[in-house]
Amino acid sequence: MPVLCVNNLKRKKMISKMTHVSIYVLDQGRAYDFYTNKLGFKVITDAPMPNGDRWITVCPPEQQDFEIILAPITRGVFSEETANALKALVEKGAFGVGLFTSNDIFATYEELKAKGVEFTKTPKKEFYGTEAIFKDDSGNWFSLAQLV
Amino acid sequence: MVNEEYPKIYLYRRLVQAKLFIDTHYTDKIDLDNIAVEAYFSKFHFIRMFKNIYGKTPHQYLILVRIRKAMELLKTSTPVSDVCYAIGFESLGSFSVLFKRIVGVTPSEYLIQHREIKTQIAKTPLAFIPGCFAEKNGWIKKNSNFKEVKE
Repeated sequence: MPVLCVNNLKRKKMISKMTHVSIYVLDQGRAYDFYTNKLGFKVITDAPMPNGDRWITVCPPEQQDFEIILAPITRGVFSEETANALKALVEKGAFGVGLFTSNDIFATYEELKAKGVEFTKTPKKEFYGTEAIFKDDSGNWFSLAQLV
Repeated sequence: MVNEEYPKIYLYRRLVQAKLFIDTHYTDKIDLDNIAVEAYFSKFHFIRMFKNIYGKTPHQYLILVRIRKAMELLKTSTPVSDVCYAIGFESLGSFSVLFKRIVGVTPSEYLIQHREIKTQIAKTPLAFIPGCFAEKNGWIKKNSNFKEVKE
C-alpha cells in the first residue's frame, strides 16, 4: 500500500533508538564493581585504551542493546577547572541520570539495600507507580520504579 | 515506611535473603529444603513465592547463577573442566548440556568465541567504540573519519 510505504520511509529517516549514554564516575574500577556486583548489570565492553584509559560499558540484564558508558572525568577531555567542577557536582549528587524499572520494586529495594546501596527515598506509591531513589558509588542518583 | 506503602515486608526480606544465599553459596551443595526452613517457609510455599518474584524456581535460579558464573570464568579463558567443578557441577556432561541449553553454544565454543573477541579488543580496541566517543576522548585524531591512528 502506497501510504504505508511512505510512512515506512519517513520512519527510517527519524531517530529510532538510543544505544549509548555516558555516566560520569569518579573512579572507574569502583563504578565497575558497583554496577556489576551490586546492581547486577552485565559488562558489554571493557577495553583498555592506548593512553591507559578504559572503555567500559554495562547494561541492565534485560536490555542488552543499551550501553551505559562508565566515563571517567579525565583531563584529556576536560580542562582541569572543568574536571574539578564536574567531579564536585557528581559527588554532590547534582545529577539525576535516569530511571530503572523493576518488575518487583520491593524485592529489588531489599536486595540493593542488603548489598549496601544508599537510598535517598524508600519505595513510595506515586500516581505513575511505586518509586524509590538510590545513588551510585559516585553520587549520581537514579529513580527505581515499578510503573503501573 | 508504612505497611500500606510496603506490603509484606517480612516476606520480601526472607525471600531476598534466600536469593542472596544462593548468589553467594552457588558452589556448595545447596539443599533448597534447608533454605526454605531457614526462611521460615514450607517448601512449596517458598518455591511459589520465589517464583512469583524472580520468575524462576529456586532450583532454576541456582542453575542460572552457576551458568552465569561459568560464562564469567570462560571469558577469562579458564579451562572448561576447571569451570565445571569451580561452579559446583559434578559432571562435565551435564554441565555442557545445561550450558548449551541456556547460552546457545557449548562451553568450549563460548570460550573460543570470547578468546577471539579478547584478542580483537587487544589488537584493535578502537574498533569496539563509536568513533565520536573515541575522538572526544582524544583516542583518535579529530576529523580522521574515525579511523584508528597508527603510531
